[in-house]
Amino acid sequence: MESIEFIIGSYLLTFGAIAVVAARMLRRARSLSHRVPDEEKYWL
Amino acid sequence: MSTPPGVVATARMIAARDLRIEWRARVVMNQVIPFAAVTMVLFAFAVDDTGALGRLAPGLVWLTVMFSLLLCAQRAFAIESADGALEALRVAGVDPVGIFLGKAAALAVQLLALAVVMVLAALILYDLDPPAGGVVLLVTSAICATCALAATGTIYAGLAAGVSGRETLLPLLVVPVVSPVLIGATRAVEAALGTGGTAVADGWPWVGLLAVVAVASAVVGALTFGSAIRD
Amino acid sequence: MTTPTTPRSTGTRATRVIGIAAIVMSAWLTLFGLVLSPADVAQGDAVRIMYVHVPSVWLAYLAFIVTAICSVWVLVARGRVPGVDRVAGASAEIGVVFMAVTLVSGMLWGRITWGVYWQWDARLTTTALLFITYIGYLAVRGLDGSPEQRARRSAVVGVVAVAEIPLVHWSVRLWRSLHQEATVLDTDLDVDIDGLMLFTLFVGVIAFTLWFVWFVLHRARVMALAALVEERSLDEALAERATEVPAGGQN
Repeated sequence: MESIEFIIGSYLLTFGAIAVVAARMLRRARSLSHRVPDEEKYWL
Repeated sequence: MSTPPGVVATARMIAARDLRIEWRARVVMNQVIPFAAVTMVLFAFAVDDTGALGRLAPGLVWLTVMFSLLLCAQRAFAIESADGALEALRVAGVDPVGIFLGKAAALAVQLLALAVVMVLAALILYDLDPPAGGVVLLVTSAICATCALAATGTIYAGLAAGVSGRETLLPLLVVPVVSPVLIGATRAVEAALGTGGTAVADGWPWVGLLAVVAVASAVVGALTFGSAIRD
Repeated sequence: MTTPTTPRSTGTRATRVIGIAAIVMSAWLTLFGLVLSPADVAQGDAVRIMYVHVPSVWLAYLAFIVTAICSVWVLVARGRVPGVDRVAGASAEIGVVFMAVTLVSGMLWGRITWGVYWQWDARLTTTALLFITYIGYLAVRGLDGSPEQRARRSAVVGVVAVAEIPLVHWSVRLWRSLHQEATVLDTDLDVDIDGLMLFTLFVGVIAFTLWFVWFVLHRARVMALAALVEERSLDEALAERATEVPAGGQN
C-alpha cells in the first residue's frame, strides 16, 4: 500500500479525536454528577 | 405618549444621528482614514514591487476597508453603550429593525467614504491607469460591498456591544463571514481598474454576488438584531 | 435504610446502546476501509482516507444544521428554551471537532493525490472558513450574561453562520472558476465508486451519525449538570450570606 503512513494516520487521527473528546467529556460528566442529586437529572 | 415612529422613520433618525455624531467627533475622518492610509503605505513596503502592487491593489484596498470596518463597527456601538442610548431606545419600544437599518446605513456611508479615499490612494500610490468605462462598475460594486460589510458588522458589533472581551471577539466573528464580500469586491474592482488583465464587463457578475450578499445580510440582520441586543 | 449508591452520570441505557453500536460500526468501518475494500482505479489507496473523511464532513455539516435549527427555535422562543439551546451548543462543539478532523484528513488525502496539502478548492476553502466561523460561535457561547441572553446571542451567530455556507461556497467557486488552468484540481473529491466502496462509505456515515447522537446526548446533559452546579453554588453562597448578616448585626 503506497503512502500507508498518511492513510493509517488519518484513521488514527479521526478515531483518536473521538476517543479523546469522549474521554474528557465523560470524566467531566462524572465529576459534575457527584454535585447534583439524581432526582434533578432529567434524563434518568 | 405618542406611538413610536415606523421602521423607515426610525432608521432615518438613527442614521442621521450617527452621522451627525461622526461629523462632530470626526473619529473616522481623523483616526480611521489615516490608519487605513498608512496601511496602504505599509503594503508597499511588504510587497516591494511596483508591478505586483498594481495587480494586488484591489485586494489591498478591500482588506484595508475590512480592517477599518472592525474599527468603525466597534465605534458605532461604543457611542451607544457609553451613555446607555441603545438601552433607552429599546426600552422606549423603538423597533429594533429600524435601529439595525439606521446603524447599518450610517456605517455604510462612512465605509463608502473610506473606500473612495482608499481607491484614490491606490491610484496615486500604486501608479494605476484605470480604463475609462470602469467608473460605473467601481461605484456600483463599492456601494454593494460597503452595504454588505456594514450589515454584517452591525449585527456582530451590536451582539458584542457591552460584553467584556468584545475587542478580540469581533474580528473572529466578522472576518470569515465577510469573505464573500472580499472576494466579490476585489474581483469587481480589479475589472474596473483593469489591473487583473480582465475587461470591465467581467466585473458585473461579481456585483451580482455582492448585491445578493448585501441583501442576505441585511435581511438576516433585520430578523435577528432584536434578539442580539436584548437583555 | 437504603444502601448509598454512586451518583448516576450522564449515561442511560439508550446512550450505552448507541455508544456500543457506534464502536462496533467504527471497527467494521476500519476493517472494510483499510482491508476489505479495493483500491480505487484513479486514486489508488488514497481513497481509503475518504471512508473516514466523508463521514466526518457529513457529521460536521449535520451538526451545524442541527445547531441552525435549534438556533431558529431559540430565537422564536426568545431564548426561553434552555434544553434546545444546550443541544445547539453541544452540536456545534461536536461539529467543530469533526470539522478539524475533516480538514486534517482532507489535507493528508490532498498530499497523496494532489502532491500538496492545500488546494484553493471551493469545498476545502468553504470548510476552512466555516471552521473559523463556528470557533467564533463557541466563543460567543462563552461570553458572560444571563442564560437567556447567551442563548439568544449564540442563536443569532448560529443563524448567520448557516446562512453564510451557500454564499461562501458560491463566491469561492466563482473565484476558482477564473483559475481553471490549475490542472491538479482535475482529480476532484468525486470518484467513481463501486459497490463495496459505496457500502463502506455507507457504514461510515451510519457509524458517525451514531457518534453524533451519542455525543450530543452526553454533552447536552453535561451542560445541564454544569448549569445545575452553578445554580446550586449560587444558592449556597446566598444562603451563607443570609446566615452571616444577622450574626454580623448582633456584634
